[in-house]
Amino acid sequence: MDIALLLNDPNFLPWLVPVGPLLAFIIITFATNRARLVPATSHEYGGHHPDYNGMLVPVVTPLSRVLSVTVGLSGVVMALLISLNIVGQALGVRHFGEEVVFASAVEWMATGTTAFRMGVMVDPLNALLLVMVPIAVLCIFIYSIGYMAHDPRQSRFFALISLFAAAMLTLTVADNLLLLFVGWEVMGLCSYMLIGFWFEKHSAYRAAIKAFTVTRVADVIMLLGIAYLYTMTGTLNFREIMQDAALLNAINTAPAILFGGLGVSAGGLIGSFLIIGTIGKSAQFPLHVWLPDAMEGPTPVSAMIHAAAMVSAGIYAVLRMFPLFVGAGDPIGGVANPHIGVYNLPLVLLAVVGAFTALFAATMAVAQNDVKAVLAYSTISQLGFMMAALGIGAYVAAAFHLITHAFFKALLFMASGSVIHAMEHGAHHLHEHAHDHEPEPTTRPYYETAQAAEAHPEAAHAAHDDPHAHDHGHHAEHGHHEEHGHGHAFDPQDMRNMGGLAKKIPVTFVGFVIGGFALAGFPLITAGFWSKDEILAEAWYGTLKGYGPQALVFFLLAVAAFLTAFYTMRQICLTFLGEPRTEEAKHAGLGGARSIVSITMQLPLIILSFFALFAGFVGVPKEFPLFGPIFSPDGNPFFHFLEFSVLPEPNFAPFHPPFNLFPVLVSFAVALGGLYLGWRMYGRRPLQAGETDPMERILGSAVYTTLQKRYYMDDLYSVLFVKPSQWLARQVNTFLDRGVIDGTLHAIGAFFTWLGDLIKVLNSWLIDGVGDGIPRSIYTLGGWLRGTQTGRIQQYLLAVLIAFLIIGIVLAVSSGVVTAG
Amino acid sequence: MEFGFPVLSALIFIPVVAGVLILFIPAASRDIIRGVAITSAVVTLSLSALVYFSYLNAVNAGAIPQTTVEAEEGSFRATAAFKDRQFYVENIPWVPSVGISYHLGMDGLSGPMVLLTGMVAVAGVLISWQISDRQREFYAFFMLLVAGVMGVFISLDMFLLFFFYELAIFPMYILIAGWGWVKLREYAAMKLTLYILIGSVVALVGAIAMVVTAATYFETEAGRQVLQAAIAAGVINPNATAVSFDLIQLTLAAENGAFSLPFLGTVSFDVFWFPFIFIGFGVMAGLFPFHNWSPDGHVAAPTAVSMIHAGVLMKLGAFAALRTAVQMMPEGAQTHLPWIVFLATVNVVYGALIAFRQRDFKYVIGFSSVSHMGLVTMGWATMNAVGMTGAGLQMFSHGAMTALFFGCVGMVYDRAHTRDIPSLGGFMKILPWTGVFFIIGGLTSMGMPGFSGFVAEFPIFQGMWEASDAVSLDLGVTTLSSYYSFLVILAALGIVITAAYVLRVTSQVFFGEYNRARYGELPPITIVERAVLLLLGVPLIVLGLYPSIMAPMITEGIIPVLMLLGRM
Repeated sequence: MDIALLLNDPNFLPWLVPVGPLLAFIIITFATNRARLVPATSHEYGGHHPDYNGMLVPVVTPLSRVLSVTVGLSGVVMALLISLNIVGQALGVRHFGEEVVFASAVEWMATGTTAFRMGVMVDPLNALLLVMVPIAVLCIFIYSIGYMAHDPRQSRFFALISLFAAAMLTLTVADNLLLLFVGWEVMGLCSYMLIGFWFEKHSAYRAAIKAFTVTRVADVIMLLGIAYLYTMTGTLNFREIMQDAALLNAINTAPAILFGGLGVSAGGLIGSFLIIGTIGKSAQFPLHVWLPDAMEGPTPVSAMIHAAAMVSAGIYAVLRMFPLFVGAGDPIGGVANPHIGVYNLPLVLLAVVGAFTALFAATMAVAQNDVKAVLAYSTISQLGFMMAALGIGAYVAAAFHLITHAFFKALLFMASGSVIHAMEHGAHHLHEHAHDHEPEPTTRPYYETAQAAEAHPEAAHAAHDDPHAHDHGHHAEHGHHEEHGHGHAFDPQDMRNMGGLAKKIPVTFVGFVIGGFALAGFPLITAGFWSKDEILAEAWYGTLKGYGPQALVFFLLAVAAFLTAFYTMRQICLTFLGEPRTEEAKHAGLGGARSIVSITMQLPLIILSFFALFAGFVGVPKEFPLFGPIFSPDGNPFFHFLEFSVLPEPNFAPFHPPFNLFPVLVSFAVALGGLYLGWRMYGRRPLQAGETDPMERILGSAVYTTLQKRYYMDDLYSVLFVKPSQWLARQVNTFLDRGVIDGTLHAIGAFFTWLGDLIKVLNSWLIDGVGDGIPRSIYTLGGWLRGTQTGRIQQYLLAVLIAFLIIGIVLAVSSGVVTAG
Repeated sequence: MEFGFPVLSALIFIPVVAGVLILFIPAASRDIIRGVAITSAVVTLSLSALVYFSYLNAVNAGAIPQTTVEAEEGSFRATAAFKDRQFYVENIPWVPSVGISYHLGMDGLSGPMVLLTGMVAVAGVLISWQISDRQREFYAFFMLLVAGVMGVFISLDMFLLFFFYELAIFPMYILIAGWGWVKLREYAAMKLTLYILIGSVVALVGAIAMVVTAATYFETEAGRQVLQAAIAAGVINPNATAVSFDLIQLTLAAENGAFSLPFLGTVSFDVFWFPFIFIGFGVMAGLFPFHNWSPDGHVAAPTAVSMIHAGVLMKLGAFAALRTAVQMMPEGAQTHLPWIVFLATVNVVYGALIAFRQRDFKYVIGFSSVSHMGLVTMGWATMNAVGMTGAGLQMFSHGAMTALFFGCVGMVYDRAHTRDIPSLGGFMKILPWTGVFFIIGGLTSMGMPGFSGFVAEFPIFQGMWEASDAVSLDLGVTTLSSYYSFLVILAALGIVITAAYVLRVTSQVFFGEYNRARYGELPPITIVERAVLLLLGVPLIVLGLYPSIMAPMITEGIIPVLMLLGRM
């Protein structure tokens, strides 16, 4: 076989996409991850755990660092090149997806009479992901070089994040639901290990367990859905299911095995199960609680989870299975067609959960002070936009928003990581300064109150455990006490401690503004505007026709978009504008412009800024004034590329609503209005040190605290699920298992013991009584008889005489010699 | 396919001979004792791998005869299928007057179990390498136990099966009572032995009734004709008599309805006896509510015995229940498995909940076995090809996984001398290999794709969905149907609890802080222990990535059962 030909065969190439990162994982784990032992107190260890005092801990060697980073990067570059090759070839195919897709498969497992085939496939939908995922992942990798440069476990980090990337790419190229699920679960596992990467810290491993357990609940339900689907169809291959209108019609009109009586079709039940999986993975209400905590991981991991990989995978799965949710055939029974207002269970679930989450998460984002927390809630909210879009059948718009969101959210996370890094730098500078002179009394910032520490215990830990806490290693000898005392109190993620960073880190500032404006949907020049506008346009089209779900989605999303613009502006103002509110902020910076940290952390921001601005121009509606004729003279290119990823069946074929100016104006209004309001509250007169957040003044402290505490959902879940399941487990253990079952057993045992005792008594009384009685009476008799053995002849003769007398009388009487009477 | 020597007999007698031989070695010569034990275990493993893989090759090459014999009088399609799938057969009359023979054979169902037994035998010998207390006697009894377990899997004679079954219980009692955890061993050994003995006696009564009923059937005119036809077709031994303990002949009786005749009033024989035999053996598989011998037994037993006990012995119950109850009394299975599946569901959820609450590291694993074995019973209860294949995979997967778990627990306990979870912590730093393999086991047990647990659980779930339409339960007043789908949701949630307790134990034992003041410097992991971890851990990954290494073989093994159930 000609290798060169094979390597250019687009049917075979998808197999190789995840191979690079997977190989990187294996090589790093088994070959390049080499550590040497240093005392735990050494600055190289980064003071991760003071309790390891007196112990040797492993720190990765410099050579291992370089090798691991190189191997990791090579793996991703390999994936990127292969992906671009595939996408390039796909673009060369006319109507790619209609007839031609790139696919190949092998037999994997035979259960019973059917054999399961595992394979890979590229069609227009995952071709999009093959562009987005490797680019975003590559940026994250480059960023991690600088961000993790001082972490004692950098090699392991690169190994795990490579595995994460491999899992996401596997999921992307999978041709069946089971392989998708494999990637899905491995990602869950990687996120567990990466969120808990700094596992010495309690909050980190708790967050890791929370993330894993919450998504696991959803995953198991999804797995049941997959099993049910397989039972119904005998295949899990995407093309075989999604391109088969008859099959889709059949499973969507057959009554479900559960709740069938309520009018749920089999397809509806399967769809709901799969959507529950996405609700977990993409952090939608009510399973969103794990995502904000997932910030405990290093920032590149947050970018990976929030943008490139994990949460996107959830939306991708829904996109992939979309025809299944809708069903083919006449829109009745289980079959739906959102374009004419006919809904079924999965679509309603998508629309309601998505729209509600979009607004719900946006309200929480408004009151967060942690720079990463705001972004975490914005992710939840934006994913809600996509879910809602899918619920109303806006298939293309959802895919579009998925791609643009991944770029600008990765940008925002990395920029926020850069901000945190700069703040820590400032803290160290200050610390150094304080040691040179007497401590200045004015450097106690207002935030060091018990309340602040309570509100952000995790963040305080994060500061202390951040790899850069000992960036300036030669200051370690200044003593650990001040270092730690200071580290615990100062929170480099709290935006109230920032201000005026624009001048300190200009590249980051520009990147953050571009990302933030894209998130806010700043009109015309950001990618976020175009994708968000598409969703609103489709929702408005349905609203005009009087369809309830579309109207709900439109209004909730419009409000959510307004809040998004507002909290984005609030964040930009609090972080970058005005004057520094603390000494730390005054000294913030990324180190020299030419340091490796500075370069590797800023280069990805520049790359992603490009996409955050311009990626939207691939999806401009043709009729859009001015822009349409420039970017889409032949019709919306994004739309026409994606069009053929689903069967041209009226229920789910991509649909282009006629151009309407109203939703565009709404997009303008909410974006600009939100940004203006944010600027008015936070930008025109920047927050001063020690001042209360104007938001708290306006909302009142009760509402503000409720928002900040995430509507107390964590406490609610603790009361509703965690505590009762622990209680149940305890009861089952002590009451049922040890009490009832073992109790019964022991009672049976006791009964038989008692019975045994009873029998023993009976035995000794009755059986032994008889058994022993016979010899005993013989003995007694013998003893009595022995008394006659006196040895005196006279007595013997007397006895003989008496005996003769008696015998004689008896004989006489019996023989009749003497006749009585 | 045959080898030049009786390979299955070798699998049984090598451990027996080694066990006897060990007793003649002076107790002081520990190296020789160990040498003999490990040599015999490795030879056993090699032979079991040999038979396993040659059977697998035969399956992949399509060398399994797909018999479709139909006789004039009665049919013996399933019997022929069962017989033709037995490889390496040895058949020697033993007590011909009552139809007992020394009849061995291996099929797709027993093959993975034979391999598993070989693996756990080697792992058990290695993990007991450092036992200082009467090591000679320990190894002697251990080898006897291995022989007994091996014998059950490859017996094709009901009497022989019971013989080996009891042979496995007896050394188990001595090993637990003599070498176990001092606080619990007498109680646990007694509890375990009584439970299993009572279960097996109940099953034995049923089995003898079965033999007698079959004999009565073969005495009748119809039965005689069936037997003659089967002999003529080469399915049954030419010198077979009506009275026989032979499993193939009993299958023939079952297929021709000998056990469906009325037994007690209107209740037929199989409907009456099925629960006794299934649950009698189910006791050994940890079936709720007869599971409580198992966690106590596991905890009290020394590590090697826990490994073989949870790893292989519990499968013995599930295996024997399938082979004697489901296969011989398919109608009974169709009547009773639809309610026994509730017990299995309880097993899954209940075991996981209790495991979640344990403070003792070993009890966590003990109850996790109860939970996972529920999935095996659930797989049998699906009565379809997918679900039962999944159950077969689960038997192997759980066997290797739980043996690995107990090995890891033993390694931690040998060093820390405590199993109290809250006082452990940070052992990842001390025993990184153990930690990594414990996590591999944990991922397997929570059904993570890429590990064998997933390829076992997914078919079981799928089988449950599939069975949901086919199975219904007649409660007299009403008929319950489609409830398998509810049960599978409950079972799936049980798996979430599994994830919770695995993570909890992993994070508390292997991560967190290491108590240096209490434990000080502990000895690092030995090469022998690493061998144990690799031996048990690697198959979990191999099977997870490439299930075709086992799944087709198991499917072959259950085809005769499915034929008897009328599902094929």
